[in-house]
Amino acid sequence: MTDILFILFAVVAVGGAVGVVIGRSPVASLLFMVATLASVAGIYVLFEAHFLAAIQVLVYAGAIMVLFLFVIMLLNLGHDYRADLRYGSWSLLSLVVVGLTAGVLMQGFSGDVGADLLEDGAAAAAAIDAAVIEKGAVGVIADPLFTDYVVAFELMGLLLLVAIVAAVVLAKPRGSGEG
Amino acid sequence: MLTPALLLSAALFVIGTLGVIVRRNAIIIFLCIELQLNAVNLAFVALSRYTGIEGQLYVFFVMTVAAAEAAVGLAIIISIFRHYETVNVDKFNVLKW
Repeated sequence: MTDILFILFAVVAVGGAVGVVIGRSPVASLLFMVATLASVAGIYVLFEAHFLAAIQVLVYAGAIMVLFLFVIMLLNLGHDYRADLRYGSWSLLSLVVVGLTAGVLMQGFSGDVGADLLEDGAAAAAAIDAAVIEKGAVGVIADPLFTDYVVAFELMGLLLLVAIVAAVVLAKPRGSGEG
Repeated sequence: MLTPALLLSAALFVIGTLGVIVRRNAIIIFLCIELQLNAVNLAFVALSRYTGIEGQLYVFFVMTVAAAEAAVGLAIIISIFRHYETVNVDKFNVLKW
């Protein structure tokens, strides 16, 4: 059952990703992207990462994609598909880069990378499952987040503040206010 | 199920790379970068199942950075569009020699 679900989600994810690249209008690409993000969230659930799956759907497929949609509709884009694709030497370059990247990644991932990992992996998986039962799906993330990684967490808050201020300053129309 | 997930992650990353190279619309390029970030997240989650919960924490951080990056990047795109009336990246050639 898990394998069937994984194959289903994987097919939707890859199909959506291809759709993002070949989509004719930005809105179509965006909807394909939402399909990809949702099926990746499904795969997170298969790996017992329930909190991240919820965050993926709420923040990524929800908030960030809606932000993209706002910008696409604000700028009224998507009427020049022919001018949007690169041809000639660029397509050759893309084939070379994609081939090299795919080759390196496939070789690294498809070997016995998991062989020694899976041996003591069962213990780690059991430990995670026990922690989820004890603290809940959110608590198991929140516990290390607010103890061992609290500095990184606070810096993340600072980063978001800086990003918000920067976005407001950058998107402000020229000549309005004193900026 | 680890190896198939890593292969799926590699496939998504490669498709994202392809999109960054072949498209000229800045927003689609941005979407493809998000796709690459998601591919890496998938690898993190798949590996965290066998190594410990830290992998999921990193995914949480990556998502936060991705959100910040999307906000700033889209603001830059809006700003550029105001100036050039287009989001075709070949038209922004002031910094190119």
